[in-house]
Amino acid sequence: MVEPVLQIDNLVKAFGALRATDGVSIDLRPGEIHALIGPNGAGKSTLIHQICGTVRPDSGTIRFAGEDIGALNTAERAQKGLGRTFQVSSLAPEFSALRNVMLAVQAKQGSSFGFFRPVMRDRSLVDPAMAILERVGLADRARLPAAELSHGERRQLEIAMALALQSKAFLLDEPMAGMGPEGSKRLTGFLDALRREAPILLVEHDMDAVFALADRISVLVYGKVIATGTVDEIRSNPTVRTAYLGDHA
Amino acid sequence: MTIALALEQLLNGIQLGVMLFLMAAGLTLIFGVMGLINLAHGSLYMVGAFACAAVAAWTGSFWLGLIASLACAAAAGAIVELAVIRRLYDRDHLDQVLATFALILIFSEGTRWLFGDFPLYLDIPALLQGVVTLPGDASYPVYRLAIIAVGALIALGLYLLIGKTRLGMRIRAGESDREMIGALGVDIRTLYTLVFALGSALAGLAGALVGALQSVQVGMGEPVLILAFVVIVIGGIGSIKGALYGALLVGVTDTLGRFLLPQFLALFVDPSQAGMIGGAMASMLIYVVMAVILAVKPRGLFPPAHA
Amino acid sequence: MLTRENTVNLVLALLLLVAPLAANAFGQPFYVTLATRIAILALAALGLNLALGLGGLVSFGHAAFFGIGGYAAGILSSHALSYEPMIFGLPGTVQMPVIWIVAVIAAGLVALAIGAISLRTSGVYFIMITLAFAQMVYYFAISWPAYGGEDGLSILVRNQFPGLNTMKPLSFFLVCYVVLLAGIGLFALIRASRFGTALQAARQNETRVATVGIHPYRIRLTGFVISAMITALAGALYADLNRFVSPSMLSWHMSGELIVLIILGGTGRLFGPVAGAALYVAFEFALGGLTERWQFFLGLILLGVVLFARGGLLGLLAGKAKHG
Ligand SMILES: Nc1ncnc2c1ncn2[C@@H]1O[C@H](COP(=O)(O)OP(=O)(O)O)[C@@H](O)[C@H]1O
Ligand SMILES: [Mg+2]
Repeated sequence: MVEPVLQIDNLVKAFGALRATDGVSIDLRPGEIHALIGPNGAGKSTLIHQICGTVRPDSGTIRFAGEDIGALNTAERAQKGLGRTFQVSSLAPEFSALRNVMLAVQAKQGSSFGFFRPVMRDRSLVDPAMAILERVGLADRARLPAAELSHGERRQLEIAMALALQSKAFLLDEPMAGMGPEGSKRLTGFLDALRREAPILLVEHDMDAVFALADRISVLVYGKVIATGTVDEIRSNPTVRTAYLGDHA
Repeated sequence: MTIALALEQLLNGIQLGVMLFLMAAGLTLIFGVMGLINLAHGSLYMVGAFACAAVAAWTGSFWLGLIASLACAAAAGAIVELAVIRRLYDRDHLDQVLATFALILIFSEGTRWLFGDFPLYLDIPALLQGVVTLPGDASYPVYRLAIIAVGALIALGLYLLIGKTRLGMRIRAGESDREMIGALGVDIRTLYTLVFALGSALAGLAGALVGALQSVQVGMGEPVLILAFVVIVIGGIGSIKGALYGALLVGVTDTLGRFLLPQFLALFVDPSQAGMIGGAMASMLIYVVMAVILAVKPRGLFPPAHA
Repeated sequence: MLTRENTVNLVLALLLLVAPLAANAFGQPFYVTLATRIAILALAALGLNLALGLGGLVSFGHAAFFGIGGYAAGILSSHALSYEPMIFGLPGTVQMPVIWIVAVIAAGLVALAIGAISLRTSGVYFIMITLAFAQMVYYFAISWPAYGGEDGLSILVRNQFPGLNTMKPLSFFLVCYVVLLAGIGLFALIRASRFGTALQAARQNETRVATVGIHPYRIRLTGFVISAMITALAGALYADLNRFVSPSMLSWHMSGELIVLIILGGTGRLFGPVAGAALYVAFEFALGGLTERWQFFLGLILLGVVLFARGGLLGLLAGKAKHG
């Protein structure tokens, strides 16, 4: 078996009495889309936060690209190649879409300590950023402040920023939310191709998208993974049907 | 150095700490409940001192002055809250800093207008004049001991108020959840005005009590305000308990530092040099203590749980 | 590109140059000194604006850097005049360029120490801690008698700039004006640069910056230090303007005033500090002529601006700020 890109073992995080992550073990293998589903409040976003370092786990280990990243902070994990999007989009609202992506491009290039050269005239930043905006279909919105983009466009911009980092793994927290059927369908096609660049841990409520994309699915309920398997295994799993899918199917 | 002298300095430190606690308790309560940083808290201290001095001069009674200081500072606080402060709760900290900085200018110049440029003086009441003898043959002013007692009583009172009463329950609810307290049907605006007036009254009381030890003048609140900031940063902003421990720590460290550092240095360099260097070092001591504490615990010694 | 904001900026820059030239021609050196005061305060606030406007770091302690700059000028020139060597046997100097370098380096080092601790916190903590550290410097200056303690230190003869007679008000104004323009140019460059992008992004959304792999702490600390250096340079000029430096330059009122200048002009705007300083000095001059209690009215005006006119003067003149 190939070594997983991301391996999480026995992760625990409690908020007071609430165990939002309760002994989660999960992995992400090269080339796959691993979907993480579960009802609201199951702890999906909290798990992503812990992988990226914005929330500290109480115990457990997170290995990424063969290395324990538990002691690293958010920026260091990003530099290692973890790219993420947020459930509630998180951008620099005053900056244009272009400059947001350029921020990611400059971070990837490794130097934010240039003081004199205007970024908007720096082809090595503008060109790659424009190309990525083109790719996610935001090129015509490039000059608009992020705050003025629609909800769906902000999600796309988040993905663009993750792309600009050329991440070794993508962690996407409900990228389809609020996109509308048209947008969801386009994004499904887009993610399908993206897995060739890097594996994706996909948190998503849109079951059509999940079933179309996922190589494996894990079901999270009350902070615990109750099942992991292929699409067919999960569909026919009786526990999952009662615990979660029942009200969707 | 004698034991008696050391004891006296220690008591002075505690007395300073108690005064700082009165200031810091209001500041930290206002921040904890309303999320507001109030630079004008020192102005309310000044208002209390002036009210006490003016009323005491007019009636001849320190005690009436003391009541006036509480009433005036609480009233000034309530008016300011109604007119200005409540517009700031939803603003960012920068706006709060600027608006309350503007209030300082208004209060300071307004007070000069009313009372002129010269300081007022406030006498210690006859009942509390004189000294008591402490173990080791030290003598210590009764008035300062009284201040310590008042501070202890108020700390106890605040503990009971916040821990045991309905108002305190609402304050605690307001700290942890503004929405919830609104949903409980508590009139949150009135609660905020009350909390602000309470904090102001404590500051006014501190000003009046200290007014009898120093002169009463414009700007007297500012050094105290900044020390109170140091106190609540050390204690954890929003925590009354932190304010108490922080205040005692700052009060005692500052006082003993000024007393001991020059003597300590005199062991190594000649006395005049030691006095100069020691004095300068002592004036920086509490800030160094603050820096060390923050380096270890960036949110202070007792950060409120919900922050 | 001549946007409305650029036009307003250009007019401000020209006014600040033409007014003292005219005043000088009509034999009114007092107004030249007023303009110099505007230029220097604008430079000080410009420095703070880098931290506050771009980085969102509400430093309530920039008086420390302003004062350090001032004391650098005072101390170096006093040693030069007394021929007493300083620490390590180094001589003093009356040459402004050397003084400026010393001021900027000294303030930069202090800012590095203060920032390293303060930037571990944020929000109200940051405000109070920067205030407290500035207060520490203030009390140190007061209790250290070697350089005048509470009484301050006089600069008997204004320090020199090669090729100019700085005792002439107009010459000294021109020095300050050119330094201000250079500062504005530097600010504009930094704002548009990679570093400026990261600094502004850290203000708008710290998590986002970390998520792309940039350490917000390092960016902010760098911004804080640069900001302090610019303010210190203004402090050195200010001491030379008054030919006097005292702990009042380090006081927390000074820190407050620097923030006020920015807000009066417009936060984060290139010419905000210039507009704010001009407005402030005009108030001080006009109101101060009417009443000794002018700060009372300044307080009222400031309260009005904060509560009702958040964009400051440039917000009124040039509309909302635009970003790339
Ligand atoms: N910072 C926090 N403090 C307290 N509780 C939290 C915090 N973040 C999340 N939670 C709680 O943890 C649980 C899991 O939340 P979340 O991870 O957002 O769920 P999901 O993304 O699966 O909907 C929820 O009950 C939520 O209220
Ligand atoms: Mg979620």
